[in-house]
Parts: sequence; C-alpha cells; structure tokens
Amino acid sequence: MAGTNNLILRTATSLISFLLLGFGVYAFFAGHNSPGGGFIGGLMTSGAILLLYMSYGMKTVNQMLPINFKTMIPVGLLTAVLTSAGSFLFDVPFLSHTFGYFYLPIFGEVELATAMLFDLGVYLTVVGVVMTIILTITDDQ
Amino acid sequence: MIDAMLYAALTLFGVAIVITLYRIVVGPSLPDRIIALDMIGVNLITAIAIISVILGTKAFLDVILILGILAFISTIAFSKYIERGVIIDRKRDD
Repeated sequence: MAGTNNLILRTATSLISFLLLGFGVYAFFAGHNSPGGGFIGGLMTSGAILLLYMSYGMKTVNQMLPINFKTMIPVGLLTAVLTSAGSFLFDVPFLSHTFGYFYLPIFGEVELATAMLFDLGVYLTVVGVVMTIILTITDDQ
Repeated sequence: MIDAMLYAALTLFGVAIVITLYRIVVGPSLPDRIIALDMIGVNLITAIAIISVILGTKAFLDVILILGILAFISTIAFSKYIERGVIIDRKRDD
C-alpha cells in the first residue's frame, strides 16, 4: 500500500512509550511493598520497546537504542548470581538478604534492601529474553 | 444498597462482554473481531475496577493500567498486521 502515513501512531507512541517506561520502572521499585516486581516491570519495559519497534520500524529503533538484547540476558543472570554469592562475604548462607535504612539527599529516609539487586537481575533477564524472542521471530523470513 | 448496585453493574458488564463475544464469533471481517477484542479489554478493565471496589482493596489498580496498555499494544499489532502484513517493519518508509 503506497503512501501510508503513521503520524497519529508515531505521535501517540512518543508519549505512551514514555509513560510505559515510567510505569515499568515504578513497578520494579514498588515490588517490595506492593504488587509489582522485576518480572512485571521487565514485561512493561519490553512492551514500551515493542511499541517503539512497531511504530518506527526496525532500523530507526536500532539506531535509537543501540542495545544488544542478547547480552542483556547473561548480564542479568550474572547480577542475580553475584548478589546471591555476595552473602558468602559475610559468612551467611547463599541467597541471604539484608536491608537497612539510609538517609538520601532528596528522598529522606529510605529502606534499601539487597533483594532489589536480585530483582534487577530478574528485570534485565526478562527484558533481554522477551526482546530477543520478538526480534528473532521478526527477522525470520 | 451499594453492594447490590455494584453487583448489578458487574452483571451488566458481563452481558456486554457476551454481546461482544457474539460479534467475535459471527463478525464477517477481521477488523470487526479486532474492535470486539479491544472492547472486551475495556469491559474487563471496568469489571476489575468494580471488583476492587467490592473487595475494598487497592491491589488491583496496577492490573487496570497493565490491561489497558496490553489492549492498546495488541490492537496496534493487529492493525499493523492488517495494513502491512508485517508487524515490525524492516526500515522506516517515508
């Protein structure tokens, strides 16, 4: 079909994918005390990237986000394993987690848990796996 | 009183979903079915909102947002499939 114009889709995408990325990060950070977590945050982030791919095409987004999603999977797995193995430094069993209260400049008193680093590994792995599956299917002719 | 109203609203949304399912089953063309699927998504969002009022919890508000996003993305994907035959273009064509 000649002369199709996706102006409305592209304008909506530039707003909605931004909201989606924000919601993905929110779901990732809110996972400790309310519904959410690394898995659903990763899925929402990959949904935002998928929306960009659908409205702008493969070539433009590859220039816009020069990320190799296949290397994101081992980076996420390594983050999870290193966070779990870090408990050996303190003479406690594997996968032991701890938390503490710290004072940050803007946010005030914040509870920081090492479980969030494990969740970061889950997040990176989910984004990498989902985007690898979708882009591999797309490249297959 | 308010409970009866909420259950009545839930029943009516169920009836709306059933009517939309009729359009999915007998819809003559593919765009009819896609619009019907999108409408089922919107009806599910409202049904989840009413259920979360009935249960008195805030835990389902994320589900509403996620379902809206997924309905939007899937409708866009189906529409691109109808228009182009592919969902993700190789390059930007303009």
